[in-house]
Amino acid sequence: MKILVPIKRVPDPATTIRVLPDGSGIATDNVKWVINPFDEIAIEEALRIKEKQGGEVVLITIGQSTWQEQLRTGLAMGADRAILIKNDAALDSLALARILAKVIGDENPELVLLGKQAIDDDSNQVGQMLAEMLGWPQATFASKVEFADKKVTVTREVDGGLETIAFNLPAVVTTDLRLNEPRYASLPGIMKARKKELKEIPADSLGVDLAPKLKIKTLAAPPKRQAGRKVGSVQELVQVLHTEAKVI
Amino acid sequence: MGDVLIFAEHQGGHFPKTTLTAVNAGLELAKKRGGNAIAVVAGDAPEALAGEIAKYGVSKVIALAHANLKNYVADAHAAALAALVKKAGAEFVLATATAVGKDLAPRLAARLGAPMASEITAINDDGTYIRPMYAGNAMATIELDGPVKVITVRGTAFDAAKPADSAASVEKADAEIDPSAAKTEFVSFNQTKSDRPQLTEARIVVSGGRGLKSGDNFKTVLEPLVDEMGAAMGASRAAVDAGFVPNDLQVGQTGKVVAPELYVAVGISGAIQHLAGMKDSKIIVAINKDEEAPIFNVADYGLVADLFKAVPEMAEEMKKLKHS
Ligand SMILES: Cc1cc2nc3c(=O)[nH]c(=O)nc-3n(C[C@H](O)[C@H](O)[C@H](O)COP(=O)(O)OP(=O)(O)OC[C@H]3O[C@@H](n4cnc5c(N)ncnc54)[C@H](O)[C@@H]3O)c2cc1C
Ligand SMILES: Nc1ncnc2c1ncn2[C@@H]1O[C@H](COP(=O)(O)O)[C@@H](O)[C@H]1O
Repeated sequence: MKILVPIKRVPDPATTIRVLPDGSGIATDNVKWVINPFDEIAIEEALRIKEKQGGEVVLITIGQSTWQEQLRTGLAMGADRAILIKNDAALDSLALARILAKVIGDENPELVLLGKQAIDDDSNQVGQMLAEMLGWPQATFASKVEFADKKVTVTREVDGGLETIAFNLPAVVTTDLRLNEPRYASLPGIMKARKKELKEIPADSLGVDLAPKLKIKTLAAPPKRQAGRKVGSVQELVQVLHTEAKVI
Repeated sequence: MGDVLIFAEHQGGHFPKTTLTAVNAGLELAKKRGGNAIAVVAGDAPEALAGEIAKYGVSKVIALAHANLKNYVADAHAAALAALVKKAGAEFVLATATAVGKDLAPRLAARLGAPMASEITAINDDGTYIRPMYAGNAMATIELDGPVKVITVRGTAFDAAKPADSAASVEKADAEIDPSAAKTEFVSFNQTKSDRPQLTEARIVVSGGRGLKSGDNFKTVLEPLVDEMGAAMGASRAAVDAGFVPNDLQVGQTGKVVAPELYVAVGISGAIQHLAGMKDSKIIVAINKDEEAPIFNVADYGLVADLFKAVPEMAEEMKKLKHS
């Protein structure tokens, strides 16, 4: 099966994020950049499907040239080739999905696996928008993906339990945390990745509308919560919750 | 212009609190943008439920009916709603960022060619919105351009709508769903059985983390306290990943966002991804044996203690308090 995996470069989740004083963005001086954790899970899932059924895993990212680094990491994990759609300006989810839909039209994968959410913008939009633009079924928040012929059955993490839905390929699936445990790139994998194809295409050559309809005007630090105090015993804790905070 | 279509999600034949939150946010948005708030209830036979939501201050309810809307699936719902938005000439579509809201709204936005704002926490008078990014470490002021806009709201950031004096009229509409938009088959829903309040509705939430060490300890150590407090139970990702408790109890950036009157974090270190889901709680209590744990930086009351001793003691104290 041919699988396309769109990935995004984001700050390592362990990084402390600070908003710049002028509100124009976040401080990036000490940021370590990684593949969005949900996208790593998507890559892992794609590799496992390929290992079982054969096929090809193609990575795609829409960003700056420096994002090649994350594509190389994904290639080192075992993906076959990668595409960088080069664009320096900020794009909104609609434009990202449009670009992906265009490339998918040329590449013709049977399955697109994305992260459920990018942990920088926390949007949780691109996969669903892409599925609609392609006219394909979608399964978001997947914790299990199973195949029987051309039929896919997906277990989804939803409010109050687990839901199972099914549909035929082609389809879009977005990953949740419990889908799998992504592998690390091995040393031979890293060596091999250097020789794998990484194609760069300028976004403005695709003929899709890139003008953002969602604009971020400014960022601000969230209100800071004051630390309270330590109590000496369970008795004191229950007492203050009752008489001082009046919540029990 | 300015009309707001509110997606009134229902689960198991009733409206969860998150739907009343959507209604209230929709009323606020309609007022600020100078339009009417219209609720939409989708289903195979949605009329009875539509009558329920009509009591909450909206100016009209549309009961959107079709056999393909019996169970929630994204493609059919997006197609039916998009057609309705166009027909009604609404400027906004609004839902709460529940699992369904998050799944549906972006698909609907793409079908409408509309920009979408995820999980907003405020509606500004000047036409902009506030939404958290980077696990709540940055609050963005954003602007949406276009004749139609799609918005999901964070359930904890808006109050639930209250019943009004009179009920709005209910209009039945037959949905049009092209077969090409009905490719998804709903197979089953495996509901987590629990007699406890829902995480996103509870006044008190008691959450356990990796410090509990096992699923058995959740049952024998934490649950007695949860029940003594009449609380909902939550968990950190570490506890969920380890299989101690079901996934839908995860609180955090990539789980549920809660803001109860009282949040008790037990054996949870306070990683930024966890804080993102609970730091707007009114009162936060932390029980942790490590006095340096970051959770204490946001806790109103911290207790440095071994949870295996402190939690049973606290359950006992709660019992005494109830009987005093
Ligand atoms: C992409 C991504 C998304 C994430 N999303 C979420 C999310 O939505 N929600 C979430 O919670 N996390 C999330 N995380 C994980 C997060 O970074 C932390 O790893 C996680 O919250 C840690 O859980 P914990 O506090 O239970 O475990 P730990 O960090 O291991 O902390 C356990 C705590 O228990 C205490 N303890 C141990 N034994 C005892 C005892 N006997 N008595 C008292 N205290 C004790 C320890 O002192 C420690 O502070 C995410 C991470 C990533 C990368
Ligand atoms: N710039 C990008 N390039 C490629 N894929 C992306 C990009 N941004 C988002 N995605 C994909 O879309 C998913 C959801 O992102 P978001 O909707 O921004 O939360 C991510 O997990 C990625 O799989």
